[in-house]
Parts: sequence; structure tokens; C-alpha cells
Amino acid sequence: MSATNNVAQARKLVEQLRIEAGVQRVKVSKASSELMSYCEQHARNDPLLVGVPASENPFKDKKPCVIL
Amino acid sequence: MKTRRTLKGHGNKVLCMDWCKDKRRIVSSSQDGKVIVWDSFTTNKEHAVTMPCTWVMACAYAPSGCAIACGGLDNKCSVYPLTFDKNESMAAKKKSVAMHTNYLSACSFTNSDMQILTASGDGTCALWDVESGQLLQSFHGHGADVLCLDLAPSETGNTFVSGGCDKKSMVWDMRSGQCVQAFETHESDVNSVRYYPSGDAFASGSDDATCRLYDLRADREVAIYSKESIIFGASSVDFSLSGRLLFAGYNDYTINVWDVLKGARVSILFGHENRVSTLRVSPDGTAFCSGSWDHTLRVWA
Repeated sequence: MSATNNVAQARKLVEQLRIEAGVQRVKVSKASSELMSYCEQHARNDPLLVGVPASENPFKDKKPCVIL
Repeated sequence: MKTRRTLKGHGNKVLCMDWCKDKRRIVSSSQDGKVIVWDSFTTNKEHAVTMPCTWVMACAYAPSGCAIACGGLDNKCSVYPLTFDKNESMAAKKKSVAMHTNYLSACSFTNSDMQILTASGDGTCALWDVESGQLLQSFHGHGADVLCLDLAPSETGNTFVSGGCDKKSMVWDMRSGQCVQAFETHESDVNSVRYYPSGDAFASGSDDATCRLYDLRADREVAIYSKESIIFGASSVDFSLSGRLLFAGYNDYTINVWDVLKGARVSILFGHENRVSTLRVSPDGTAFCSGSWDHTLRVWA
């Protein structure tokens, strides 16, 4: 019984691996240059990267907000 | 960058947290069974629920901001609508959505309040309909407990990535339930996975003390973030808005900030007095929040 289970499991594994092997791949040089350009394009809008003035960052206020 | 707010109120280890889309509210869950909703600007507690179990390992905010989901050792994921009506008890409106055969390790709403994705110690992930509690799709393939999951940013479609104790990170198609890509380069449990903002890559943090970046289109690992001096596991990772910085919380109580493109550490943040267990950047990227076993959450900016 366990022999057939193992065979069935192995078949599933091989099928899964075939699916994964069939994935279209892009060269790392192209993929990583696209990651880099994404970073550069959005860097200006990233508050934690470029920093925003205290007046615009709600967390940087030294005085607590008091709503009267 | 330093601590701008400290949220105190949990009676025990903080295990998980999530931001509301309004960039201000935070939900956090703890070992003591309590789930608290905070206003991070004022540090006030807006809602609190006591779960019937301890170790609430997962919590998530609904996209509408009107509900939260949480679960842990009860093997379930429950949804609580948030109400400001003092006469209504939150616990009375609780809805049990997901049922697993082992602890719930992670949960996340999909793009709407109507569906929840869960990951469990039983080795599976599952997609549920909130209204009916029905199982819509299940994802089998991990060889051990699944510890974390993250949904792809909405522009890139219906996939999510999960990481588990089998050292693997797997990318799934939500419609078919099929695993489309798997990565096994970590040397220990994968504690946290997070998509890169463009959706073309994801980062993972592991007990092997490294964080790694995997490119989905190249189908391989493209960067490792590690140092000989870092020997404690990374429990939680998240990207800054542009994807240039990777924030990672570690079991040695620190948060390391990595330059994603250069692979070098930019900064190390101290403040927590015990393990950092969870870390998320706010939706508009102005700050990030970390939760720790020292019972507190800190907002950094």
C-alpha cells in the first residue's frame, strides 16, 4: 500500500516540477534592471527614503494634536 | 529615523499588527488574547476585544476600515465589525470565518472585505468567503507549517506568496489553487514574506538570520541581506514605498534597514527590549510600526 502511495506522491511531485519548469523566465540582468528603474522612478515619493519636512509628517509633530 | 510613538497597553507579547488604509489606525494582537485598535497619531486605544484563546498570532485590518480579522491557537479566523456604538459589544458581532486543523499563523483580507486568505500550522493556506464562511479555495503544497503570507499588489493580479517551516516560499494562483513557483534557498523556517511594491519580486526573512530577495520573472533568488554579526532570525520584513529600503525586525531586539539594490545595511535601530515579532510600513510610506515581545508597539519615522 505504501509503495503505491509513494508512487502517487512522486508522480504529483514530478507533475508539479514540470509545471514549475515550464514557467517563462527572464534574464536576471533584465529583471534586476527593471527593479532598479522602479526604485528610481518612485524614490522621490518615498517618505522614508528622502524624508519629509516635519510639517508634513504627522508623526514628527513635537506638540500633540489637541482637538478642541 | 527614530521612535515617534510608543503604544503601550498589551499585557503580554505583541505577535502581529496591521495598518488601516487610513494610514493612521493600527490593529495589534497579543499572546494575552487581546486585540487592540489604536490611533497611532494620538496613541489612544479605540477598540479592544478579548479572544477566547491566547496567542493571537494573526490580525488584519479590512480594506474598508470597518472590520478586523484575527486568530491563533483557536485554529480559526474570526471577523469583528468595528463599531463606535458604546451599547454594542464587539464580541457579540463576531463572525467565525475560517477553520483549520491547526493554529492560524497569518491572515489577510483580499482587495475587498468579502474574502480572507489564511495560513495555518496545518501546512495549508485557504481562501474564504466572509459572509458565508465558505471555503473558496485551498492551497496544498507546503511540507510543514505555513508561517506567513502576502498578497500581490492589486495591479499584478491574483497571486500570493507564502513561507513556511519547510524553508520554502511558494507563489500561488488564487483562482486555480496551483503553486506556480517555489523557492527553497533559505536554511531554516521562513518567518515572513513581503512583495516588492511593483509585484515583480518578493523578500523573505528567516530563522537562518538572512533576508533574501527573489525575482518572480527571473524565477530565482537575486540578493541576500546578511552579515556575519547578525546571528538571530529575522521575524518580519517590509519594503519602503519605492522598494529601495527593506526593514527587517530580528530576534536580537533590533531592526536592520537594508539597501535593497546594494545589498548593504543602511542603519540599525534600537529601542525594543525584546524580540521584534512584527513590522509593517504604513500605507503611505511615512512611517513604519514594529511590535515586540516587550509588550509594546513602536512607530518609527
